[in-house]
Amino acid sequence: MNSREKILAAVKNNQPAQSKLPEVRSFLKPGTEVLEKYINVLTAIGGVANVVNSYAEIENIVRQEYKEAQRIISLCNELPMPGGKEKYADPHELETVDLAIMNAQFGVAENAAVWVTDDMLPQRVLPFITQQLAVIINRNDIVPTMHHAYERIGDSDYGFGVFIAGPSKTADIEQSLVLGAHGPKTMRVFIL
Amino acid sequence: MTVALFIPCYIDQFYPQVAIATLQVLEKAGVTVVYPPKQTCCGQPMANSGFEHLTGSCNELFVKNFTGFDYIVCPSGSCTLHVKQHLHDAENEKEAEFIRTHVYELTEFLTDIVQVEQWDARFPHKVGMHQSCHGQRGLKLSQMSELVAEPFSKPDKLLKMVEGLEIVELSRPDECCGFGGTFCVTEESVSVKMGKDRVDDHLNHGVEYIIGGDMSCLMHMEGILRRQKSKVQVKHIAEILNSH
Amino acid sequence: MDQSNKDHALLAAQFNEDEPRVNWHDETLWWVRSKRDKAAHALPEWEQLREVASQIKHNVLSNLNEYLLQFEEKARANGVIVHWAADAKEHNEIVYALLHQNGISRIVKSKSMLTEECHLNSYLEQQGIEVTDTDLGERIVQLANEPPSHIVLPCIHKKKEEIGELFHEHLGTPAGNSDPKFLANAARLNLREKFLTRRAAMTGVNFAIAETGEFVVCTNEGNADMGAHLADVHIACMGIEKIVPQRNHLSVFLRLLARSATGQPITTYSSHFKKPRKGQEMHIVLVDNGRSVQLGRADFRNALKCIRCGACMNTCPVYRRSGGHSYHTAIAGPIGSILAPNLDMRKYADLPFASTLCGSCSNVCPVKIDIHDQLYKWRQVLVKEGYAPAAKKMAMRGMTFTLSRPGAYQFAGKAGRWVMDKMPFIVNNKLNPWYKQREMPEPPKQSFGEWYKKNRKEV
Repeated sequence: MNSREKILAAVKNNQPAQSKLPEVRSFLKPGTEVLEKYINVLTAIGGVANVVNSYAEIENIVRQEYKEAQRIISLCNELPMPGGKEKYADPHELETVDLAIMNAQFGVAENAAVWVTDDMLPQRVLPFITQQLAVIINRNDIVPTMHHAYERIGDSDYGFGVFIAGPSKTADIEQSLVLGAHGPKTMRVFIL
Repeated sequence: MTVALFIPCYIDQFYPQVAIATLQVLEKAGVTVVYPPKQTCCGQPMANSGFEHLTGSCNELFVKNFTGFDYIVCPSGSCTLHVKQHLHDAENEKEAEFIRTHVYELTEFLTDIVQVEQWDARFPHKVGMHQSCHGQRGLKLSQMSELVAEPFSKPDKLLKMVEGLEIVELSRPDECCGFGGTFCVTEESVSVKMGKDRVDDHLNHGVEYIIGGDMSCLMHMEGILRRQKSKVQVKHIAEILNSH
Repeated sequence: MDQSNKDHALLAAQFNEDEPRVNWHDETLWWVRSKRDKAAHALPEWEQLREVASQIKHNVLSNLNEYLLQFEEKARANGVIVHWAADAKEHNEIVYALLHQNGISRIVKSKSMLTEECHLNSYLEQQGIEVTDTDLGERIVQLANEPPSHIVLPCIHKKKEEIGELFHEHLGTPAGNSDPKFLANAARLNLREKFLTRRAAMTGVNFAIAETGEFVVCTNEGNADMGAHLADVHIACMGIEKIVPQRNHLSVFLRLLARSATGQPITTYSSHFKKPRKGQEMHIVLVDNGRSVQLGRADFRNALKCIRCGACMNTCPVYRRSGGHSYHTAIAGPIGSILAPNLDMRKYADLPFASTLCGSCSNVCPVKIDIHDQLYKWRQVLVKEGYAPAAKKMAMRGMTFTLSRPGAYQFAGKAGRWVMDKMPFIVNNKLNPWYKQREMPEPPKQSFGEWYKKNRKEV
């Protein structure tokens, strides 16, 4: 018997009697204000929220807030930036990106996460390797909790998907919170 | 209602005044109390050390001593919990089961069975309440800080009826004191450190007494207080309820 | 660092030689526990979530065979290569073979307690492979040549000044600089170069989904993603118990995990790896290493529900005052103490005794593992299997003899109190561990039994 067969046989032999799967409920409190909640949580985890009405407004904020950014990649058709639509065959080419601007499918109010899948990215590494990250979500695309988030994801297909909640961070040194561990040092969410 | 008084071995030997107070409190609550004289110990010291298989003769003796009463009441959450969870006697399993389901720690007996609503006692002092883990998390005498659930406390319900008593709010209301049975000697350094930290929490809040429902925790903290030459004393909740 | 044949009590006593440091360690971890409380109390449904999570995991254990097969089939269909390792040795060999056949001698690795359990780093180093741990805490203990002391906060035992010194020595930061922000940035720059140049990346796995064949890795730093998305070869290692049946079950576990671990509503990144990216190789190693045996131990199988949040460590009053290294095993604290004896009873016979059985661990556990009850049960098993010290056995037999005979008990009690009263030096000395830092109780003149006989003769 190879290891696979040995492990499977041992597991089958030792596992307890069948038990049923519980139902996963959504536990939603009525009257939850998702937008306000989303903004509060994002701020608490070190992110920045901007409620905006147009792409022009986003463009203005980008111009003001990221003056030092030399290499900006925008994946958003409404915010054209040089280099945004290129195919990057090698993820290492993204090493020097200062700011990446991308759309996310939706946000989650309870933890301020946004859901991004690889079909929206030139390379999976982009939202991690960029020094700063800006994400655009639609105001109507904020769900209250993770239960609603997975309802929305459903059985959709992707190669890679990620919930991103705030800038990368570490508290490994004496529990002192430092924003910007290996990924972006800042995260801004434009709520359109 | 006839109640058998179950006095843990270390209370019998080192803190007879706690046993006397328990007896008198129960009598004051209008209960007929019998003390089976041949009782020794519930066997917990062996069981918690991994020797539950040696507790058979202890259990048999316990069943013999405590059969034939309406309830069994004990001034210790820890010993009560042990009996509730581990008392078995193959020869007399029915009796053992009756005891397991009818053994009560003193304060829960007063609040749940006697349903005391008023109590005549006076203790005009500032005290800190030490919750024993076995009483709190084991017997659920009060709500636990880890759980997202409604607060309640059976001992506090009684203590609130005591005239003049002021209970301080601790920084860590339900942290273990580190006694832990044989842990107190096998893990001496951690046990003492836990005890010192628990005592400090009480001292930092200016208590005159550290009180509690388990004399084992209090014995451990008393040992530390006395080594520090502190004037703060320990008292069992039965002694508070028996004060005038 | 070799920590075999060590004893928790002894290591804890060493840790306690520096009391201010113990205070600091205790307070730091208590702070994490407090953050967890705050996050949990913000969700009224918290206790229901724990119950649902526990039931899902129970279903996993009862169908693990089928779920593993389903996961394997789906993962393969997704283009992932699945390997099976019966034990630590086979796991390590599989990883090495993959690196060897790709001609890779330097790798980056994000946090994986499984690879700690398998001692992968030292094995690979012996084969000439350079491993760079990329989680900041793990990188720090790696530079210090120590194992992690906590599963979520690997270097929680280290002071920033010590980390500053380590970085000065290994990364060339200025001597005396111990500012966490500065040090974290120094590590960021140093590790970025590694991410960009290493062709293989290893990650752990938090959850693997049977119905889709995908696996989820949670980090705050982004190190797992930086490694995996830049490397040609991604090797993910997981214990076979990491399976969850359906994708939507992640909602329950992701709500519980970070809140329990650090009090965050979710980790910064919850990355769902389903298919390799174009041109990349993705491997999953499914590791047993004693898990199937534990599955057969009815009293202890629930420990396999663990999602490695570390909440039981943060709340444990013993862990906080003895430090992770005192447990001399990859996973410290209460959960480690019920997992380790499953692997080696002799080596870890001390761990189930390193607890007061206070029960706080079971209360914070997001999947409701009966941790303190299992500690009690392991004690019974270990003693029966013959792992109790001889002196303890003698003492327990003596105690049984006395406590099952009322006459002997009454005599011993009286004699004991008489000795303490007349000859206190017999107990009040250094050989009595109680007396070292505590006074003995003052012996009363009579026991309650004696008082009762005199005062309540009528009964």
